[in-house]
Amino acid sequence: MIEVSGLTKIYGQRTAIDHLDFTVNKGEIVGFLGPNGAGKSTTMKILTGFMPASFGTAKVAGYDVFDEAIEVKRNVGYLPENPPVYFDMVVEDYLKFAAKLHDISKAKLKPAVDTALEKTGLTHVRNRIIGNLSKGYRQRVGLAQALVHDPQVLILDEPTVGLDPVQIIEIRQLIKSLGGAHTVILSSHILPEVTATCERIIVINKGKIVAQDNIERLTTRMNQGLTFQMKVKSVSNNGIQAIQAISGVKSVNLHDGALAIEINPSQDDIRDRIVEAAVMEKMGVLEFGADKLSLEEVFLSLTTQETTEGVQS
Amino acid sequence: MKFNLKKSWTIASKDYRTYFTSPIAYIVIAGFLLIMGWMFFFNVSHFNLQAMQYKQFGGKSGSITDGVIRPLYGNMNVIFLFLVPFITMRLFAEERKMQTIQLLMTSPITLGEMIVGKFLSAAMLVGTMLALTVFYPVILFVYGNPDLGPIVSSYLGTFLLTCCYVSSGVFFSSMTENQIVAGALTFAAGLFFWLINWAAQSAGPVFSDVLDYLSLIQHYNNFSQGIIDTTDIVFYLSFIGLGLFFTHRVLDSYRWRS
Ligand SMILES: Nc1ncnc2c1ncn2[C@@H]1O[C@H](COP(=O)(O)OP(=O)(O)O)[C@@H](O)[C@H]1O
Ligand SMILES: [Mg+2]
Repeated sequence: MIEVSGLTKIYGQRTAIDHLDFTVNKGEIVGFLGPNGAGKSTTMKILTGFMPASFGTAKVAGYDVFDEAIEVKRNVGYLPENPPVYFDMVVEDYLKFAAKLHDISKAKLKPAVDTALEKTGLTHVRNRIIGNLSKGYRQRVGLAQALVHDPQVLILDEPTVGLDPVQIIEIRQLIKSLGGAHTVILSSHILPEVTATCERIIVINKGKIVAQDNIERLTTRMNQGLTFQMKVKSVSNNGIQAIQAISGVKSVNLHDGALAIEINPSQDDIRDRIVEAAVMEKMGVLEFGADKLSLEEVFLSLTTQETTEGVQS
Repeated sequence: MKFNLKKSWTIASKDYRTYFTSPIAYIVIAGFLLIMGWMFFFNVSHFNLQAMQYKQFGGKSGSITDGVIRPLYGNMNVIFLFLVPFITMRLFAEERKMQTIQLLMTSPITLGEMIVGKFLSAAMLVGTMLALTVFYPVILFVYGNPDLGPIVSSYLGTFLLTCCYVSSGVFFSSMTENQIVAGALTFAAGLFFWLINWAAQSAGPVFSDVLDYLSLIQHYNNFSQGIIDTTDIVFYLSFIGLGLFFTHRVLDSYRWRS
């Protein structure tokens, strides 16, 4: 349903995404996971036909996003990072407008809008002005807009950002229910978000894909914890104990003259404190880095506690 | 490439309605009618005074066309120069600022259809305002016997001229997220094409012809005299088309960068 190959976008000097390759099958819900600035929104803007890529190709629903943009747009529902709603419009009128833009015929207009309202739980606010709704409701209106023409593919950019925990759960359930009938690709920088809604995850960092796998395999990998290697001049027991005392450190082992420091998964980034402890104990830090894959670094920069995100606005 | 006017209509009708959900349309229309009413009253009473004086001292008084209609619609043009920026400034700037333009640009509608839709919404508001002034000539017909020709051609000319302002307003609105900037540039551009006329009068013979041709006001003269010349219509339509074409350019490059 979505085929991406060698997709690259360069803004002036800055490469936002760098040769991405991935596919999404029909009916799948795929999570696009990565920290801020990873290139998620850029990729999505290209997939919707909104923005042309610098290099590479992307096909959505069998159409090329550049050469057959109109066909792509007909088959895609898109929820950008900020819901594209007109604050001065009534919910129902807005959805009618979005439906008309997507070639819904006059006869099907009302049922299409009714269905979208129902799916997103907006029926009771259909006559309200969008600007007077809460952020969560505006997000739902944005989602209803993406759904109103019953597209084959849904592209949702951070669909739960700024919502409160109850709203997050509702939206997630809604998204989950869309799988099968629709192909969904959603982006997030929140780890539990994708594990809760998606079957497969594509992890992206600094414009590159660092892993793509199904949820089980990725979570096992994460639950093993993250291991860092530290090369030091002189190993001291005091030093090892100091590092072990840091909350979040699971184990410290000596391996070929280097310390293998394992930290708990779902943990705030404590790398600085580890180095600090080593320096305090005068071990003479020579090198410190992630074990093998940058994937582990990516996980550290993801938000793992969603409450911090939900409470903000 | 196919052009689907129905898509433009979807945008135009939505934006036209939006005018009336914000105070802006009411303020613009009220201001317009107030100024026009005052001018109409002023022109008519001035004309009456003159006519009476001519009667007293003999001689031929001017026609209603020269005394009332031409100044009335001439002034209307100037007022539109001031009002159009308020009408067009939000069209694209607001969409860019609120990022609702992403909805338009990810819908199966071409940039051309979108731009024409935006243009139509503002042109329709201008048309509405013109329609509201129809009762002035009606009053003239009730109390006098004016020529219908110049009235009709004045309306056509005023509408086309104002649509040129609208076209440049759409263009400037597409360039920025800032409505105020868009409005100010629209006004400056309108003034520029208006004042070109003055420059023409002091320029050399060939150059002055060129400047004259470029002046928006110059092409209105014929309309005000009841003459509908295709040259003038072509000029106005080309001006409008060019403005919309440049808008297309701006929005296309916006797509690449955002
Ligand atoms: N319009 C733009 N101009 C220049 N750089 C941009 C633009 N949009 C995004 N970028 C850069 O591209 C990178 C990817 O951004 P984005 O796709 O928004 O990431 P994400 O959605 O994953 O947070 C970032 O480094 C960002 O600074
Ligand atoms: Mg983003």
